[in-house]
Amino acid sequence: MSTLLQLDNVTIRFGGLTAVSSVSATVNEGELVGLIGPNGAGKTTVFNMVTGVYQPTEGRIAFGGQPTAGLKPFEITERGISRTFQNIRLFPSLSVFDNVRVAFHLHLKHDSVHSLTRGPKFHREEVDLRDRTLELLRIFNLERVQDEPAKSLSYGDQRRLEIIRALATGPKLLLLDEPAAGMNPAEKLELMKLIQFIREKFQLAILLVEHDMKVVMGICQRIHVLEYGRKIAEGTPAEIRSNPAVIAAYLGSAAEGKS
Amino acid sequence: MVLPKSQLWLVVVLLVAGGVSAFSGRIDPYVLDVAMGVGIAITQASSLNLINGFTGQFSLGHAGFMAVGAYSSAMLTTTLGPKLGVSTAVLQWVLFPASLLLGGLVAALAGLAVGAPSLRLKGDYLAIVTLGFGEIIKVILQNVDAVGGARGLVGIPDYTNLFWTFSVAAVTVYVVWGLLNSTYGRGFLAVADDEVAAEAMGLNTTRYKITAFVVGSFFAGVAGGLYAHLKGYLNPGGFDFNKSIEIVVMVILGGMGRHVGVIIAAIVLVVLNETLRSFGEYRMILYSLLLIVLMLTRPQGLFTWTRRKPSAA
Amino acid sequence: MTELLQQLINGLSLGAIYALIALGYTMVYGVLRFINFAHSDVFMVGAYAGYFLGPKLGAGSIGGGVLTLAGAMAVCAVLGVVIEKLAYRPLRGRSNLTVLITAIGVSLLLQNTGQKIKAVGANPRAFQFPGPDGMTRGLFPETQLHFRSLTISSNQVIVLVVAVVLLAALWWIVHRTRIGTAMRAMSFNATASSLVGINNDAVISFTFALGSALAGAGGVLYAMNYPSIDPLMGTLPGLKAFVAAVLGGIGNLPGAALGGLLIGLVETLVSGTRVSTYRDAIAFAILILILMFRPAGLLGKLRVEKV
Ligand SMILES: Nc1ncnc2c1ncn2[C@@H]1O[C@H](COP(=O)(O)OP(=O)(O)OP(=O)(O)O)[C@@H](O)[C@H]1O
Ligand SMILES: [Mg+2]
Repeated sequence: MSTLLQLDNVTIRFGGLTAVSSVSATVNEGELVGLIGPNGAGKTTVFNMVTGVYQPTEGRIAFGGQPTAGLKPFEITERGISRTFQNIRLFPSLSVFDNVRVAFHLHLKHDSVHSLTRGPKFHREEVDLRDRTLELLRIFNLERVQDEPAKSLSYGDQRRLEIIRALATGPKLLLLDEPAAGMNPAEKLELMKLIQFIREKFQLAILLVEHDMKVVMGICQRIHVLEYGRKIAEGTPAEIRSNPAVIAAYLGSAAEGKS
Repeated sequence: MVLPKSQLWLVVVLLVAGGVSAFSGRIDPYVLDVAMGVGIAITQASSLNLINGFTGQFSLGHAGFMAVGAYSSAMLTTTLGPKLGVSTAVLQWVLFPASLLLGGLVAALAGLAVGAPSLRLKGDYLAIVTLGFGEIIKVILQNVDAVGGARGLVGIPDYTNLFWTFSVAAVTVYVVWGLLNSTYGRGFLAVADDEVAAEAMGLNTTRYKITAFVVGSFFAGVAGGLYAHLKGYLNPGGFDFNKSIEIVVMVILGGMGRHVGVIIAAIVLVVLNETLRSFGEYRMILYSLLLIVLMLTRPQGLFTWTRRKPSAA
Repeated sequence: MTELLQQLINGLSLGAIYALIALGYTMVYGVLRFINFAHSDVFMVGAYAGYFLGPKLGAGSIGGGVLTLAGAMAVCAVLGVVIEKLAYRPLRGRSNLTVLITAIGVSLLLQNTGQKIKAVGANPRAFQFPGPDGMTRGLFPETQLHFRSLTISSNQVIVLVVAVVLLAALWWIVHRTRIGTAMRAMSFNATASSLVGINNDAVISFTFALGSALAGAGGVLYAMNYPSIDPLMGTLPGLKAFVAAVLGGIGNLPGAALGGLLIGLVETLVSGTRVSTYRDAIAFAILILILMFRPAGLLGKLRVEKV
């Protein structure tokens, strides 16, 4: 199994605050890795650095062996990383269908000129894209609401739609930021099954941020643990469960009344 | 070969425009004048709609790009026209469209020069930069003697007719509609909705914004060329901030990012301005109140009854 | 050499006025993250307030001039607060574009109602006041001061003195008072400041009052030195002041002051050259250059949007 994503001593500071401090971690091809830690530990910030939204202050990130420093977010997506957002960021006024089809952008053969000439090739591609979009929507049973604007979906469906949209970009690595937030235990269970299914079907590596320990322990092969921007542990679910530093971190934050 | 339905529509509109135009001698000149004004307004409003409505940017300099197009195109017909020694018909049907194209291209270049540095930044900056651009253009035109300076440019041949105004309007609407109605084109709307998410989905948002801006400026420039050859004279003051605002009001009334609503708004405003001439004095006051009240009570626009149709593949 | 020194003085006094206006843009941007388009028209109203108050408050003497200036500032402060309450507050939380369009509406409303009100009218009016001898005179007593071949008008001195006093007062308010601290807290993080019990609405009103008062002072000072006023007079100085705010780093108070002075200087220096007719275009050329090479401005820091 070869390394897909590699973080080497990555640090980022916002003014005086060091949000992520010298973190090193890897994700291998096809692997399902968990990224956990108390609130404010820096998990989302790691996602933002990996996807090029923020540039690390120090350290190096490489994807497929290539450094990603200086690349714009869309260029990183082009290389095969896609994501969902912790605070859902769909295209609210676009239909469910359009939210997904627009994410096929990187694979389009047509552009502005073809949108005007509208030749037979253009039409064939649009028909093909419609089929592929619907196929993705069916995974989460969302084809029934394909014409609704995304903002009218239930919270859970919006989260599911975000995952589908991310898949449409054709990633090798999918970053999921608390995809089960706000779902009840039954929905969570179903979602996790689907995540496993997606990983096999599309042969993806997945990096998953999730607060529910049961869920994380249940499906991840390996787990990285952050606290206050530092990595405090790494290992299999069994190792993490018995790691004293992790227990302390979670007990500590529980004692402070955080989730 | 069968044309796609949308292109059939375009051909039909062009034919009708040509047909009606052939009988324009029998139309009351005043009505004709207003009708051509409507055609130009549709072009202006639809092209600005691509920038401000569909792509979610905010340009306040549409009149500036119009000025660039108007002067470029008028310079071509007034300087080159007399030297060619061909009949007026040839000038009107060959040189004039070429001059419109030139006007559009120069305006598009100006759009690129203004848009490239400012579109990387947030929307408010674009508003001010485009406003500033409009002012610069005015200052430059007032100071360049070759284009008449502050006195303006006179003696522009009256080549604009019903056919040209409505053909250009139809092409503009078709281009904006076509650009948006494709998987590629949904990217404009995605950029308007959420730039961060659009980038994350692999869209080069800067590229989209610049495309919208350049295409929009192009048609503003063409509209400027039509305007120049309709009025017969140009003066720099005619393309001031108020002119830009007039177009912005059309786009907002039409519901920002609606094809039909914006066309209706353009027609209604031109006709209203004509029928209520006396009231023209208070026009800007009315516009400003309209902007404020609309934003407070009905930001989705006036001429919009249905929800934006989400997908039409 | 004297020529240059002369230009420098002219530039400083023009720049001081830009600085006063720029501060209003920057303060509002700091707390609300939006460009108050109508700010340049508050500046215009300031000039008219001075024009109408002057005769009643004893224009022509130093005391009367100061009173008129203060009166104009008060009028503008109230106007700023009213605009914010009626037009911007109901839109809190709506998209930036909605607020921007409303602000443009307010700006146009002020300009165009001005042109239609009889007492104001569309035509320029001289910023002069009737004196007891039937002659007209300026807001403050006027003389020319000569240093060798250097000429400084008393009005220029007044502009500089007033600007310095107001900047010092502003600094004191922002750094030494409770409300000033609240302003800084809010511009640092609006959500957090409301969580620690700061009344954000009050802070916003205060910011508008302060910024508009400075614009009002700017309006009177500008009218004094370019002694004619009209309802559209705010547009160009307003735009240039906005450029000044961006040049200094929008949201940054010392930056706005610095930017204003720089724009004033550059503009005056350009006026003295062959391309003087392009002096109104200079500010925008500068704006485009900053946006290309240093979008955060001279003193500003680029904020990272939280995702
Ligand atoms: N753009 C930014 N500017 C300033 N501070 C930031 C920025 N982005 C993140 N931070 C800070 O970095 C720290 C880590 O935040 P992050 O969102 O990565 O935590 P997290 O582990 O995802 O927490 P949660 O479980 O609550 O989502 C926090 O203190 C946050 O306030
Ligand atoms: Mg997070």
